[in-house]
Amino acid sequence: MNPFSSGTRLRDMIRAIRACKTAAEERAVIRKECASIRASVSDNDNEYRHRNLAKLMFIHMLGYPTHFGQMECLKLIAAPGFPEKRIGYLGLMLLLDERQEVLMLVTNSLKQDLNHANQYIVGLALCALGNICSAEMARDLAPEVERLLQFRDPNIRKKAALCSIRIVKKVPDLAENFVNPVVSLLKEKHHGVLLTGIQLCIELCNHSEEALEYFRKKCTEGLVKVLKDVVNSSYAPEYDISGIADPFLHIRLLRLLRVLGHGDADASDSMNDILAQVATKTESNKNAGNAILYECVETIMSIEDISGLRVLAINILGRFLSNRDNNIRYVALNMLMKAVSVDDQAVQRHRTTILECVKDSDASIRKRALELIYLLVNESNVKALTKELIDYLQVSDQDFKGDLTAKICSIVEKLSPDKIWYIDQMLKVLSEAGNHVKDEVWHALIVVITNASNLHGYTVRSLYKAIQKSADQETLVRVAVWCIGEYGDMLVNNIGMLNLEDPITVTENDAVDVVEIAIKRHSSDLTTRAMCLIALLKLSSRFPSCSQRIKDIVTQSKGSLLLELQQRSIEFDSIIEKHQNIRSALVERMPVLDEATFSGRKAGSILAATVSTSLNYVNGVATSAAAPLVDLLDLGADEPAAAAPTFSGGNFLQDLLDVGTSPFPSQSGTTQAQKNGTDVLLDLLSIGSPPPENSSSAPDILSLSQDNKISVSPLDSLSSATRPSVQASSTAMMDLLDGFGPSPPPTKDNGPAYPPIVAFESSSLRLMFNFSKQPGNPQVTEIEANFTNKSSDVYTNFIFQAAVPKFLQLHLEPASSNTLPGNGNESITQKLRVTNSQHGKKSMVMRIRISYKLYNKDVLEEGQISNFPRDL
Amino acid sequence: MIHFVLLISRQGKVRLTKWYSPYSQKERSKVIRELSGTILSRGPKLCNFVEWRGLKVVYKRYASLYFCMCINQEDNELEILEIIHHYVEILDRYFGSVCELDLIFNFHKAYYILDEVLIAGELQESSKKTVARLVATQDSLVEAAKEEANSISNIIAQATK
Repeated sequence: MNPFSSGTRLRDMIRAIRACKTAAEERAVIRKECASIRASVSDNDNEYRHRNLAKLMFIHMLGYPTHFGQMECLKLIAAPGFPEKRIGYLGLMLLLDERQEVLMLVTNSLKQDLNHANQYIVGLALCALGNICSAEMARDLAPEVERLLQFRDPNIRKKAALCSIRIVKKVPDLAENFVNPVVSLLKEKHHGVLLTGIQLCIELCNHSEEALEYFRKKCTEGLVKVLKDVVNSSYAPEYDISGIADPFLHIRLLRLLRVLGHGDADASDSMNDILAQVATKTESNKNAGNAILYECVETIMSIEDISGLRVLAINILGRFLSNRDNNIRYVALNMLMKAVSVDDQAVQRHRTTILECVKDSDASIRKRALELIYLLVNESNVKALTKELIDYLQVSDQDFKGDLTAKICSIVEKLSPDKIWYIDQMLKVLSEAGNHVKDEVWHALIVVITNASNLHGYTVRSLYKAIQKSADQETLVRVAVWCIGEYGDMLVNNIGMLNLEDPITVTENDAVDVVEIAIKRHSSDLTTRAMCLIALLKLSSRFPSCSQRIKDIVTQSKGSLLLELQQRSIEFDSIIEKHQNIRSALVERMPVLDEATFSGRKAGSILAATVSTSLNYVNGVATSAAAPLVDLLDLGADEPAAAAPTFSGGNFLQDLLDVGTSPFPSQSGTTQAQKNGTDVLLDLLSIGSPPPENSSSAPDILSLSQDNKISVSPLDSLSSATRPSVQASSTAMMDLLDGFGPSPPPTKDNGPAYPPIVAFESSSLRLMFNFSKQPGNPQVTEIEANFTNKSSDVYTNFIFQAAVPKFLQLHLEPASSNTLPGNGNESITQKLRVTNSQHGKKSMVMRIRISYKLYNKDVLEEGQISNFPRDL
Repeated sequence: MIHFVLLISRQGKVRLTKWYSPYSQKERSKVIRELSGTILSRGPKLCNFVEWRGLKVVYKRYASLYFCMCINQEDNELEILEIIHHYVEILDRYFGSVCELDLIFNFHKAYYILDEVLIAGELQESSKKTVARLVATQDSLVEAAKEEANSISNIIAQATK
């Protein structure tokens, strides 16, 4: 029986392992030990089972596999004596977890031990059950544990209470069984039982609203009294921690009062006094006291509004924030985040201190402070705070830059007062931490730049200046290259100067230099290089004098090992050399990207449903138009000589039309992979994403340019033959192809069109908006609202109301009907006319209310519509 | 709730692990590796909290050992520091000014004591004296059983002489 009589003792094994100088030695020792333990296991050796398991636990802690010891635990647990059981249960908790099947085998032993005459064995079983039980075991053994909540010895009662927490967590249905026993636990004097009873009570409240109500009624008063007694109790050495009697009990009582007081004014009121006492009387020079204050503040914040207490709580946090101890500052920041929603002004007062914490040397504090600052930013302080954060970006740790950049970008996007500020701030971020900027962010920046037509010149010049200093920031390079490609002429000729700018002299060669350096830079990745190639192609047309130089640069990529670059450079080279006549049309400026569509897509909303018609059409093009597109590709590829003449004929026009209708002629007889064909065209239109991204970004950007359907189509002017009016929807791709047709442009301009949106949708109702604008009157938008009933019941007395902010004027026409039949059979339409006095500056928002009768009961639905397309 | 308790030495060796939430063996070693990396590299003056995978790890260094407890975001970090200290004081009383070696050679004792302090990731007892008394009683039960076994084997040995 004596485990230490022969063989290697546990102590010797540990010593041998510690003596090992290398990992290999250690493995050898462990291998030997494991072998002897396995042998002993297979001999079913009773005498050393005890010790073997102890060894296995040590080996397990070092990270070696010990699964063969699992059955040994069960055997030890099944043994009659306390020592065997003690080590057996320890092994069980250490070597197994609740997901192992083996665990089920122990249920029976546990049941027996929970009913054992020796209370220490009962304690062992409760401990094991509380630490690793699975849902099945919880169900099987819950009655035993419930009974033990009334056991004579308080040490078993407290264990049973914690065990019940685990059971309730695993099987929430069992919660109600524990409600009554808990009420008696809460009346106990024994601190351990009280402590665990409170915890169980909190757990039950989390699971059942009913239990919460019950406890609120029955126990609030009693708990307030218990807290009072603990707070006012005299010195008790057994529970004293730095002058406070049982801070653990304090904290748990406060926590339970928080749960009970939350959302209930009466309960909150009854704990008012004691909370005030705890908040004012607790010593705050030791950690224990601060822990209580911290818990107390949280309770004050979450119970119903008692403003006197709130002031007290915010003051405590202010004191915490100026504490020298980092732990205290950390929890203060943590709690202030919760306080923001309660009292924003009070937290704003501490803004400067919090901003200092963003610059702390402690990563945990920095992170908390940054999140808090993010919550504190609003329209009035955004400029100052952003400046501080961007200044700090220059000196911050490398590993903090990622978080910081993401937050700054988010603040700038969310709260920028105007576009020039947005662009300025983003350029600063890109120059400081461009490598940490996410793709969505710089995509969004480009969308904003294209939309700010008066800032194109300013932006490209700023970028030019920025890239001279920070050429190593990948995303800055991308944005700069893209803008130079698009607006290179503005850079060189100083077009669109703003008053605040200093004029700079940039020659055409300087502009090309930037792109050349970027494409040749070793660290540039495929996306950047592809964007450079596109920019070069565009510049070759913008700067005819540099054409030869650009051609040389493009030619250098012909030998690139990256297929994408190689192919592009061959195509572009050929466009520069042989297709002067179409080049300028090919590389016209990108149409303005639609912000609303972009932001909608970024928010993950599926536009396919709302703009189904237009988008499906676009998708159709993207997938089925491969063949004609490949024809276009041929221009730059294998048979350029043959291609040009063929395409000028009406035959090609036929192909063009096929773009819209899905079946395409196979006569194009091309050997190029169709996919590549699509890519090229997409890339011409897009900002040059490489093929891996094609399926996602490139077509998306393409569709962006098409969704807004602005008829400033770059190539229309070049066409010279009539086109069927079907084409009036004029997607950018069509227009591009038009360049080859002999048709004249369809000079139809019926103003910009906007995709319809789902303005409001509930489980029973859907509201669609269709937009139209009168040409020449951009401020006025005609909206046709379409209501569809998604349920199967008829809605009567249907009334739609809407409200708009001051800068909008709203006129509502009468609705087509006030009865809405079910199943979406029919819909009500109603016309709205909105005049936007801030057209182009602010986008529309609208609050709506829909009321109707369903089975003679009034139903009211309300909502806010903020997904209007921009520029309405 | 405490999700797990870790004791790591300054060299990154694990001295005690207790898991109250289910983590597979693989996850466990990954967690230990990750955390010992972040915690051991933190400077002495910094705060004792590390945010990690949406949870928080509260750690405190005692001599060469780091005591770490992982808790939910909304739990009281300062209280966890007190719980760690509570456990350390109990260990100290039990071993008589405890050191790392005590915990290596008597690791099972450290576990027994922990099981009297925490169950299911919640605090069980706020009185150090009660914990000490309970552990001592159980130890004496083991001793008694051992002696009994010894005397029986002596009797058997004498009888078979």
